[in-house]
Amino acid sequence: MSNGAWISTVLTSARPKAVAALVRYFRDLDVAEEAFQEACLRALGAWPRNGPPRDPAAWLIMVARNSGIDHARRARRHVPLPDDDVAVSDVSDQEAPAVERIDAADYRDDILRLMFICCHPDLPATQQIALALRIVSGLSVSQIARAFLVSEAAMEQRITRAKARVAKAAQTFETPSAVERSERLAAVAAMIYLVFNEGYSAPHTDSAERGSLADEAIRLARLLLQIFPAEPEVMGLTALLLLQHARAPARFDANGEAVPLADQDRRLWRRPLITEGLALVDKAMRHRRPGPYQIQAAIAALHAQAVTAESTDWQQIELLYGALERMSPSPVVTLNRAVAVSKARGPEAGLAMIEPLGEALQSYFYFHGARGSFLSEIGRVAEARQAFDRAIALARSPAEAAHIRRELDRLAKGSSHDAATSTGKKTG
Amino acid sequence: MQYAILCYHDEKVVCAWSKEEDEAVMAKLAVVHERLARDGKLGPVARLLPTTAATTLRKDREPPLVLDGPFAETKEQLLGFYIVEAASLEEVLEISRELAAANPGGAYEIRPVGYFIDGSKTG
Repeated sequence: MSNGAWISTVLTSARPKAVAALVRYFRDLDVAEEAFQEACLRALGAWPRNGPPRDPAAWLIMVARNSGIDHARRARRHVPLPDDDVAVSDVSDQEAPAVERIDAADYRDDILRLMFICCHPDLPATQQIALALRIVSGLSVSQIARAFLVSEAAMEQRITRAKARVAKAAQTFETPSAVERSERLAAVAAMIYLVFNEGYSAPHTDSAERGSLADEAIRLARLLLQIFPAEPEVMGLTALLLLQHARAPARFDANGEAVPLADQDRRLWRRPLITEGLALVDKAMRHRRPGPYQIQAAIAALHAQAVTAESTDWQQIELLYGALERMSPSPVVTLNRAVAVSKARGPEAGLAMIEPLGEALQSYFYFHGARGSFLSEIGRVAEARQAFDRAIALARSPAEAAHIRRELDRLAKGSSHDAATSTGKKTG
Repeated sequence: MQYAILCYHDEKVVCAWSKEEDEAVMAKLAVVHERLARDGKLGPVARLLPTTAATTLRKDREPPLVLDGPFAETKEQLLGFYIVEAASLEEVLEISRELAAANPGGAYEIRPVGYFIDGSKTG
């Protein structure tokens, strides 16, 4: 790796910790970010000359604090001060451990706060994601704009507006109580899952930036797990993201068409991610404190462990969806359970389970897709065609529509086919 | 004489590598591994999963205490390691408890192995 690339990797990995500490220190996002930028510039000058510091994050925090304070002083007095570049860019490794000691105690709450700032309940999901990518991950506005397929100016405005909203929420800067901490943790986990889904649900043809959102979400989840190593739901979340992301290389064919789980070439799945995901599920289970992320991860784990689609343990998956349904009831979860039921006990059982959902899910693509599949398996062709037509009308992407069109083609050819899994959301 | 070469790096940096960067590093290492194996000098090689996947068994008390996360103390030193086959974390903890009963004191850090080559077979 070249010198520049090495430094940039180190700056990226030190960023959340450094910015989090600076936000606590300055109690202002913009000042913290500016100070961090300044410290990065000095790192680019100093590190190639002096070698990397022993603790890059501590070095950056130290330099950024000094530069932030200087800026504040200058702004207050409106008089230029002598350039102290030399003094601050020569922070020695003796000073860094001191900063490290001061920050270690607050580290966990700092990082959580930085992530939590992005989860402000007034912010719509897209703004939460954009803000997290900007201030926690440190992606540039233009990178984020490309990921969301909007102009840089529009994204700049969106982020500025989001920042203005969270700036008013001053109580976030206080050290949280135990209850507040666990509420923050839940909000942050949900935000990380949003970031992941933004990348995961992107069609193959979208920009590479969008795909990398999944990588970014995994990085954030690992970071959260490092500071809360004994939280089974954080293990579950991280495992869920790893296990879903492991399937990425098999999710689209050469033409960019989505490949349903049942038809994926499982040899393409990324084994190291699966191994890590399975290890985390195993670790979480030991706590016997199940939660929605752990259960979804356990479902993903069963898919990951099935060598072929046919050998999937649908019975166990049905039980897990049942547990998820009791924990967080929703028609979408019931729909997913019905898909597992149809695999374990036949399409009639699956159909009976989803018929009562018709009203709640009437404009949900996957409902009509799954219903069409069940009907087609039973041989109720005309009704199946109606359900598929309804699904096509609700498709949000050409890939979704193309998938249903293939189902209709099969129906026309009279070959009934087990498409239930392929249309069940997130099971796939 | 056999030697163990223990690999240290900043995990945040390594985990931030893209899939391509990671594969490039592994490919470069594979070239070295192959040559060492040809010369009959390579023993087992293991790449461990990140410390977030670690579990620690503190065996300086009875019964030993299971903690999530890596071994974080600095007053003890790394004195040896085992590679064991186990179907679950529960099983490897059972094995560790058995070892702990034979040799109490200190701790075992349990880390799943992500990548493994048995050098003696490739050699």
